[in-house]
Amino acid sequence: MSDDPQPPRQELDALQKRIRELEQLASEPEAQEKLRKMYSLLEDMKEGESPDDPSAAEPAPPGAWQRVLLARHPQRPYFLDYVQHLFEGFSEVHGDRGFGDDTAIVCGMARFQGQPVLALGQQKGRSTKDKLHRNFGMAKPEGYRKAIRVMQYAAKFARPIFTFLDTPGAYPGIDAEARGQAEAIAYNLREMARLPVPIIVTVIGEGGSGGALGIGVGDSVLILENAIYSVISPESCAAIVWRNSGKAELAAEALKLTAEDLLKMGVVDEIVPEPPGGAQADHRAAAALLAPVLERCLSEAAQLPVNDLLDRRYQKFRKMAQFWTGE
Amino acid sequence: MAWFRKEKKPLESVEGKRVHTEGLWTKCESCRQIIWKKDLEANWNACPRCSFHFKIDARTRLRLLFDGEWVEHYSGLASTDPLQFKDLKAYRERLSQMQKKTGMNDAVVVAEGRLEGRPVVLCAMEYNFIGGSMGAVVGEKITRAIEMSLAKRVPLIIVSASGGARMMEGVVSLMQMAKISAALARLDEARVPYISVLTDPTTGGTTASFAMLGDLNVAEPGALIGFAGPRVIEQTICQKLPEGFQRSEFLLEHGMLDAVVDRKDLKTYIARALEFCTWTSDKAGSAAAGAPPAP
Repeated sequence: MSDDPQPPRQELDALQKRIRELEQLASEPEAQEKLRKMYSLLEDMKEGESPDDPSAAEPAPPGAWQRVLLARHPQRPYFLDYVQHLFEGFSEVHGDRGFGDDTAIVCGMARFQGQPVLALGQQKGRSTKDKLHRNFGMAKPEGYRKAIRVMQYAAKFARPIFTFLDTPGAYPGIDAEARGQAEAIAYNLREMARLPVPIIVTVIGEGGSGGALGIGVGDSVLILENAIYSVISPESCAAIVWRNSGKAELAAEALKLTAEDLLKMGVVDEIVPEPPGGAQADHRAAAALLAPVLERCLSEAAQLPVNDLLDRRYQKFRKMAQFWTGE
Repeated sequence: MAWFRKEKKPLESVEGKRVHTEGLWTKCESCRQIIWKKDLEANWNACPRCSFHFKIDARTRLRLLFDGEWVEHYSGLASTDPLQFKDLKAYRERLSQMQKKTGMNDAVVVAEGRLEGRPVVLCAMEYNFIGGSMGAVVGEKITRAIEMSLAKRVPLIIVSASGGARMMEGVVSLMQMAKISAALARLDEARVPYISVLTDPTTGGTTASFAMLGDLNVAEPGALIGFAGPRVIEQTICQKLPEGFQRSEFLLEHGMLDAVVDRKDLKTYIARALEFCTWTSDKAGSAAAGAPPAP
């Protein structure tokens, strides 16, 4: 981890871009002036970075905390962005047939390279209104119940399933608890373990704990280069052990939540590369890098007879991360 | 000049006079009643006045549910600290401290024994061991218990008392949820009964995996049961939580539990359930616990 307190260049660029956008939206001249000041401040910060620094010429791989920031980058492609670039004819399927339709998880029938498949994932929002509409990608029980219902529909007609994980976590609220958040996730874990069709899971952004895992059991678990997967957010971890959520950077390091760490521990099968600088730089390119990996994983899984497929899935999780000694 | 002069006698030794009451009494967390510990133990560790259920450790739980002797399994498994996790204290150090304190290698006991005459596999979680949290060892032991239960076709009982996935083992802990749930899918398919008992507290990844996947999910009264902890929820919604929120009775009311059962009646309730699941009209097999053959 570099000791450099400066945010990386691409982040500054992104911030500046965002400020420009805000400037166009801002109506009052006073606000515009302030935004312009912020912009030039960032410009100064960029100039402060010495161009002779060898690390600038040959950028070091981002540290854990920078990965967290990239995984949460507001311009990062979300589930529906991948849908647009990876699938054709996406037709959404709504509702859990019990309580409601959770907009934080989107499910739909689609075609993947000509073949009918089910695609589903957690969806974050980009504008404030959209964020609220999607509840920041935090699903409630009805979201998980919708997901498994639609997956069972896909399984009935032998359609493979692609799931995309991108959530800060399952929604921690009174209503979600009252309707059985834990039961909804638990049920999905058990049922996904035995759905008789190939399931390809991709962590595209934030793999936030049980909320992500609730649609994350499958035959292949892929993770994008700058995505993260963790049992707890670095902020919450810091709040618990250091009693200070400001120590999130330390916590991010300690939690070993980067793609490389996860691959080393055998929790994911493969890291999918992103375009230079990160997926936020080019959504189309990010999808283009993912597509062949999805295709390969699907064709591998689709070759197996159902019993072998389910056995392989069971053994995959059964043998995962064996960190103990003794008998 | 003082009017009275006090004769300074040496203070009498109180050594012999002191009555040792320390450790003999305890106070009920709920009704503040002072209870003699022996009374408490005689009453299944529930308050004789308000029947508040005190937390009990894993071994006490085994004594409570088994008829007599039991055989413990996999007690040697210990964590290897996959993340080399270190916060204010190294996780390794924390582990060895806990091992000394509880006499256990990790937060669950797996044992085989008989419950009202029926052979069962029982997992009891130990809350005193890092909050009963689930890491690689707890995950592995419970999965092995499920596999043993499946291989022998003997009913499974898991008594949860756990704060959830163990943060110090990171995503490794998270994956235990998937692993255990997958094993439970196999047990479910084989129609071997699984009774989940939720005790105070059962939260996080434990609730969101095996604790909610029983053929029956029963809880002790007043247990905190939920996915997110109450503090996290309060911080998210920025308001105080209603009284009794996330307690057993709240969950029962919302249809999330099959029953709330007093500790003193728990063994009988489980025995009834096992009878319901495994009874056969064939006289020879009726007493034995074997489930009906898989289709």
